[in-house]
Amino acid sequence: MLRRKCGCGLPGSVMAAAGARWNHVWVGSETGILKGVNLQRKQAVNFTATGQPRREEAVSALCWGAGGETQILVGCADRTVKHFSTEEGIFQGQRNCPGGEGTFRGLAQVDGTLITCVDSGILRVWGDNDKETSSDPLLELRVGPGVCRMRQNPVHPHVVATGGKENALKVWDLQGSAEPVFRAKNVRNDWLDLRVPIWDQDIQFLPESQKLVTCTGYHQVRVYDPASPQRRPVLEATYGEYPLTAMTLTPGSNSVIVGNTHGQLAEIDLRQGRLLGCLKGLAGSVRGLQCHPSKPLLASCGLDRILRIHRIQNPRGLEHKVYLKSQLNCLLLSSRDNWEDEPQEPQEPSKLSPEDTEADELWASLEAAAKRKLPDLEKTPGALQTRRKKKKRPGSISP
Amino acid sequence: MEKTGGSRKKPLKRKGATEEPQEAAFVKDGATESEVQPPKASAFPPGFSISEIKNKQRRHLMFTRWKQQQRKEKLAAKKKLKKEREALGDKAPPKPIPKTIDNQRVYDETTVDPTDEEVAYDEATDEFASYFNRQTSPKILITTSDRPHGRTVRLCEQLSTVIPNSHVYYRRGLALKKIIPQCISRDFTDLIVINEDRKTPNGLILSHLPNGPTAHFKMSSVRLRKEIKRRGKDPTEHIPEIILNNFTTRLGHSIGRMFASLFPHNPQFTGRQVATFHNQRDYIFFRFHRYIFKSEKKVGIQELGPRFTLKLRSLQKGTFDSKYGEYEWVHKPREMDTSRRKFHL
Repeated sequence: MLRRKCGCGLPGSVMAAAGARWNHVWVGSETGILKGVNLQRKQAVNFTATGQPRREEAVSALCWGAGGETQILVGCADRTVKHFSTEEGIFQGQRNCPGGEGTFRGLAQVDGTLITCVDSGILRVWGDNDKETSSDPLLELRVGPGVCRMRQNPVHPHVVATGGKENALKVWDLQGSAEPVFRAKNVRNDWLDLRVPIWDQDIQFLPESQKLVTCTGYHQVRVYDPASPQRRPVLEATYGEYPLTAMTLTPGSNSVIVGNTHGQLAEIDLRQGRLLGCLKGLAGSVRGLQCHPSKPLLASCGLDRILRIHRIQNPRGLEHKVYLKSQLNCLLLSSRDNWEDEPQEPQEPSKLSPEDTEADELWASLEAAAKRKLPDLEKTPGALQTRRKKKKRPGSISP
Repeated sequence: MEKTGGSRKKPLKRKGATEEPQEAAFVKDGATESEVQPPKASAFPPGFSISEIKNKQRRHLMFTRWKQQQRKEKLAAKKKLKKEREALGDKAPPKPIPKTIDNQRVYDETTVDPTDEEVAYDEATDEFASYFNRQTSPKILITTSDRPHGRTVRLCEQLSTVIPNSHVYYRRGLALKKIIPQCISRDFTDLIVINEDRKTPNGLILSHLPNGPTAHFKMSSVRLRKEIKRRGKDPTEHIPEIILNNFTTRLGHSIGRMFASLFPHNPQFTGRQVATFHNQRDYIFFRFHRYIFKSEKKVGIQELGPRFTLKLRSLQKGTFDSKYGEYEWVHKPREMDTSRRKFHL
């Protein structure tokens, strides 16, 4: 049913559970499989709700659930939102979120309620009831057709921003009125006096200010400031000649990393609108990008079926590459700091597994496995520290 | 010119006339000759190499001499090895396999494992599923870039005889994005566009129609029927068999399925025609043959039909939209072609 890949001889479900907690990246694919990737142990585990991959359940949006990073909300193409527990490694429930047409373009969670936005522009806030039946939404907003992204402000969870194709950036306060708090205006006509088309593909809220950054399908990166009197973008930068599909903020510094449909990743400085540098490696369209909040790591996934972890600074380059067999749609990077120091796996399941009779033999065999694994664990931190940018392939993994 | 010592390999081959003034002018040569008399890599003088000789003709001479010596040594070593093998007879160790770029290929992690369920599911539900489930049968539209020249037109005609149920239309400067909805409404399943540059076909765009991927290839080595030597008669109306060789990676599988979906799916072949797409080192060779089995193991083939070589440039998800479409795979020469032993198909 659930496929796992692990060197230890533990009973399957226990291993998946124990493993699930320590996964660094969670990736949603087009075949409906949620994959948890552990970069330290170099494993990827597949999780499906029904045990079989189904294309109708293609994951279109992922977000963290309530309670830290122990729960994931998975938005599928058949308009269901499934709850997945990372602690236990199983899908705990799902709810149906009908209304409007198209797939989920944004998923967010605040105070136990769920915010969903679909392609046709229906933004709904669903109350938290554990029943499977769909109840009426608590709030419904019409955002405008052709939405490409809905993003929640991490500092003010009641504030969301939406944008799309011919659908300008709007910032909504869900506790306030039904009108948007900020409605962006299109830039002036270009040098031929033609209207510049709008296609906001991704939106991010800049921390410590009210500003927002968007990246467009016409290869522009724009910064909007609701606090300033102008509704037009405060800064505009362009990169490349292909639509930018994903964007993420870098930790600390005032820059964003954008990816386009050709697999080109670029870091753009938001203070001056300059290109700081590019990242190589992707061959297909970038679908998901996320930076770690404290470490200089960037996770990227795309249509070429490979998850890549890049190091953004000193030095810039590829760290890990994982082949994941299905086209990847979105990802979530865990923001925990103790990436490398994991507690020894064998101690964990001894509390969880109820079978004590065969536990001893299992632990005996496991000691050997753990000892065998140690040289691997030694090697990988060493490889991370002595980072020489030669042609050596970094630990590339396959599930 | 003195001929000193036995290490001089070609005393008389030099053009004496041209050599004389140079010999007279470059007094140093006398010294260098005596220095290279003991065959190379001696301790005296230390670290001398042929590349340090400044005189080009002299340097060339020394190099050819060194090369001949190398060749002689190599031949002698071969002979010795052969003799040893013969002496050992049956007990001789097996001959070492020569290293080729194909057998030194870097293992690609995306190589498809036939038992892999996830990849099998992915392929069973991709855009070609309806073809492989026998729900649709192919109908191809072949066209060219605008205003094609003779070679391209003839290639299109010949391709339409090779691919059953295909129609050639003249591209009257129409935009592909306008052609595609019309094709879909007329139930075409694939669109082939042969791009032409300077009167020769050099590119192929293959777009699977309802919403399928679009592959863009570079086409080279195009040989029309009349340019093929010892060819058979023209192909008949029989549906050809297809051979897809060496499409091992996930990307290769997608491209292989794309080619397979051009031809009607019929395991009971009649007619003895076969179209082969052979992938080697990321180049796809297309050949069209007629075969006849002379006995169980012996087969005779005649090449019919056009032949060309393709190299994949990009695979785009969705129908043709080079500006705003999402690409599944793009060939990036500076990133992907760094190793001579790494291939993507």
